[in-house]
Amino acid sequence: MADKRMTADEVAAELEDGMTIGIGGWGSRRKPMALVRAILRTPVRDLTVVSYGGPDVGLLCAAGKVKRVVFGFVTLDSIPFDPWFGRARETGAVEVTEYDEGMFGAALSAAAQRLPFLPMRAGLGSEVMRANPDLRTVRSPYADAEELVAVPARHLDVALVHLNRADARGNAQYLGPDPYFDDLFCLAAAKRFVSVEKVVETAELTAGGPVQSLLLNRGSVDGVVEAPRGAHFTTAVPDYGRDERFQRHYAGCAKDLDAWPGFVDRFLSGDERAYLSEVDKFEAEAA
Amino acid sequence: MNATRAEIAVVAVAELFRGDGEIVASPMGLIPQLGAKLARLTFEPDLLMSDGEAYLVTPDGEVEGWQPFRKMLDTIVPHGRRHVVMGANQVDRYGNQNISAIGDHAHPKKQLLGVRGAPGNTVNHRTSYWVPKHSTRVFVDAVDVVSGVGYDNAAKAGPSAEKYHDVHQVVTNLGVFGFGTPDHSMRAVSLHPGVTRDEVAAATTFELDFAGAGVSREPTAEELRLIREVLDPKSFRDKEVPA
Repeated sequence: MADKRMTADEVAAELEDGMTIGIGGWGSRRKPMALVRAILRTPVRDLTVVSYGGPDVGLLCAAGKVKRVVFGFVTLDSIPFDPWFGRARETGAVEVTEYDEGMFGAALSAAAQRLPFLPMRAGLGSEVMRANPDLRTVRSPYADAEELVAVPARHLDVALVHLNRADARGNAQYLGPDPYFDDLFCLAAAKRFVSVEKVVETAELTAGGPVQSLLLNRGSVDGVVEAPRGAHFTTAVPDYGRDERFQRHYAGCAKDLDAWPGFVDRFLSGDERAYLSEVDKFEAEAA
Repeated sequence: MNATRAEIAVVAVAELFRGDGEIVASPMGLIPQLGAKLARLTFEPDLLMSDGEAYLVTPDGEVEGWQPFRKMLDTIVPHGRRHVVMGANQVDRYGNQNISAIGDHAHPKKQLLGVRGAPGNTVNHRTSYWVPKHSTRVFVDAVDVVSGVGYDNAAKAGPSAEKYHDVHQVVTNLGVFGFGTPDHSMRAVSLHPGVTRDEVAAATTFELDFAGAGVSREPTAEELRLIREVLDPKSFRDKEVPA
């Protein structure tokens, strides 16, 4: 029986310059932030980041890790814009492939199904076709002869997702209301790493939620990281909601280039334990 | 019993859903949510209401369905039985909408959200827009980044883009605007009580057709009660649209 437990730093060490990494979650929701923070501690760079973007994209841009962002949006949800992603775009620091949200899912689905593309209507007539001149259309071979967007498969070198529970072999469970696209990210990737709030015995998974909440089976997971509060400051309901106060602090510092080094020194220069300890102190000060 | 401008806007948004029946209403933002709930509580009782998260909910917040984001994009949007009311940082005379970026897409002056679901929404089902502050910054000659597809771009993109294209109306703090002209350019459907044509024209970069524009209807006594006592007792609506 394979025990796939590993540390966040061991996951980050799997990344190489220039890789394409998919990051699960949605906006500022259930992002594998402990894994993202581990990436910040490595020298890796020139990443293509594929994400329904939130602060994962912002932090990786801030650290100069990103060459290209494949996205349909980047938002902190309760705060509309991520300041670091905005700055990276406005200064030309990153390239982008901008997709409609549905096209983005179709690109992952095509990769998951080992198809070169999937047809869809979304994108026709919009900037995504103009801004991505490599996108092609395809004509239906049937009587309708419709011409549709051929969304190319987006293969990932690595997928990083955060769920609520997993066993040591990689069967993983979400306990919140929305699976997002995390299973699809894993199916589209060559290597798949899941961080979870808690590693439990296999039997505890179905004891803790309906079998439909077992989003990933171990066949699509290569490594399991136990990372309590590993989605902080994004949501990982029902374990915890978004830390709105900390998110406001992040966004405030990210807006102000004079304040940002202080944020990095305090929260991002140490390991995950140091991060959570500083977060606790921050919360205590603010309380 | 004078209705505030915010209350007129809520009713105008509710009217967007008139006749929609048993489809999914996806209102983005406070006034659109109040409008959709008002429609559901009054003249469109069969509307299915997305809460913007993973649930379909009744006006009381009771969960009556599961609709996570992936289901939304894989089936609800392309299936087409949906009416979304989105925001718009820019909108032009043919109903193109921009929420992605200001300036050239390759080198934006200001990065916004990204196109989100607007390209897919606009070629798959009915889409309306809500603009809380009607101004020349929003109502522009041509949007910088086509996120939601307008009538001219749908026509240029061909029959597959036009097949289900249905940009319905734009509601603002000043009035209601539609595309029921021969070339689908924008026309005023109604101006809110007290709003003049000059005021709207001054807040709009392109020329608007005012022919046949009426006055937006006032809420009924019951609608006003629902808005004030049931849907928004803390008057958050006044923060979005000052009286």
